[in-house]
Amino acid sequence: MHFDTGDTAWILVASALVLLMTPGLAFFYGGMVRGKNVLGMLAQNFVTMGIVSVLWITGVYSLAFNGKGKWIGDLHQFGLNHIWQQATGFEALTIPPLVFCAFQLMFAIITPALITGGSADRMKFSAWIIFSALWLVIVYAPVAHWVFSPSGWLFKLGAEDFAGGTVVHANAGAAALALVLVLGKRKGWPKERMRPHNVPFVLLGAGLLWFGWFGFNAGSALGANTLSAFAFVNTNTATGAALLAWILTEKIRDGHATTLGAASGAVAGLVAITPACGFVSPMGSIAIGIAAGVICCLATGLKTKLGFDDALDVVGVHLIGGIAGALLIGFFGTKLTNSAGANGLFYKGGSTLLQHQAVAVLAVVAYSFIVTYILAKVLDLIMGLRISEEDEVAGLDLSQHAETAYENSSFSDGSRFITSQQSAK
Amino acid sequence: MKLITAIIKPFKLDDVKSALQAFGITGMTVSEASGFGRQRGHTEVYRGAEYTVDLVPKVRLEVLVDSPEADAVIDVIVKAASTGSIGDGKVWSTPVDHVVRVRTGERGVDAI
Repeated sequence: MHFDTGDTAWILVASALVLLMTPGLAFFYGGMVRGKNVLGMLAQNFVTMGIVSVLWITGVYSLAFNGKGKWIGDLHQFGLNHIWQQATGFEALTIPPLVFCAFQLMFAIITPALITGGSADRMKFSAWIIFSALWLVIVYAPVAHWVFSPSGWLFKLGAEDFAGGTVVHANAGAAALALVLVLGKRKGWPKERMRPHNVPFVLLGAGLLWFGWFGFNAGSALGANTLSAFAFVNTNTATGAALLAWILTEKIRDGHATTLGAASGAVAGLVAITPACGFVSPMGSIAIGIAAGVICCLATGLKTKLGFDDALDVVGVHLIGGIAGALLIGFFGTKLTNSAGANGLFYKGGSTLLQHQAVAVLAVVAYSFIVTYILAKVLDLIMGLRISEEDEVAGLDLSQHAETAYENSSFSDGSRFITSQQSAK
Repeated sequence: MKLITAIIKPFKLDDVKSALQAFGITGMTVSEASGFGRQRGHTEVYRGAEYTVDLVPKVRLEVLVDSPEADAVIDVIVKAASTGSIGDGKVWSTPVDHVVRVRTGERGVDAI
């Protein structure tokens, strides 16, 4: 095996960047919950870093990436045995297999962590630990294998997902929807006020996500080269376009462009460009960003209309954004960016690529939703997923962790200043 | 003796304080308060969902004065706190039976 030191150095750095996204996500979400639940949110994200780090090395990496199976990998590299061998189908990589394993670990950490935005404010800490560990094995590992591994059936079909629009975002979004349906609504939702308690945290988190996402997307080129540069520039461009599109939508609809909207728009753009960043042109990335900003902004109103309490809009941003990005490759994909990719509808490639993308989206969303729903139901019967009503009123911080984030924490959710929430538009 | 209580806009506190000091008032108590009057609260929007915030931040200012001075002090506060727009606040006075200065034990007007 030949290793390129430049490629290796970049992917090591990119791995560290992707790890930083999870604390970033924790603050992005943590600022949006009420002040009595902020530590609970941060803790669920942090503990996921611990759980997945251990499980991935132990066996899940092998299950996701090694082996010739169409549906799932094998345990050939259990406990990082045989880690001097590249994962099946990745023999041409110019980075050590252990670096690839570390890079993929960071994706496996943030994917379950994304789900916490849906289940916010009402899930037992213990239940989250068990749920996320099992979810990693029975949902993330097979889906990552289908799409990322050259042995996987969706990869073989020709579905394109450069950095995880289906594997990470649509997958986590569908899982969040299932978990939210099993958990039920937060006490008082949607009538009661549940205003974000710290919008500056949300911006801080979104900024860290944007920064870390360069590792996520440009690192997915698995080398330091022109393709990684395309992924880098496309990521940044789409994110900027989505930010502008989201706040413009708000300005027209609500009368004000908000800081929360700017942060949300940036994240929606990052989500949508994730599958596409290594297959489209920078001008294509602007179109994808604008589409993501408008579609996701409108999609956050769905939960109130349909009555599912997806607390922090994991469905509206990650499920819808991930699906939009994956499908838009079918239009904007071009071989000029990536000769290993395919041309989409707008590049005289016909609708074949779009069909493949649709199959991948449907398969991932359906599998993730159904299996997550069953997993959550079973766990709910065995151990109970939800905290008691009394604990919910007291907040996750106090009831789950015996801590409070702030002095007078009961005031910092702002609830004493708010008496009513009108329905979302 | 009278206790004068004023609920004013927070940014007007400095003006009112200076005006009272210029008038010769030697002490006051200020606390943060929240509430609403005719202006009601305001509306905030998060991801398209509207939240009505009823209680807005105010400053509560209290001054003890000798009864004959009360009307003049109220005028000073009203003049300094006024912006002419809705939400400027209110000023009222209440009779006070006893005032004692803790350090010396002086009572009544001497303690003000």
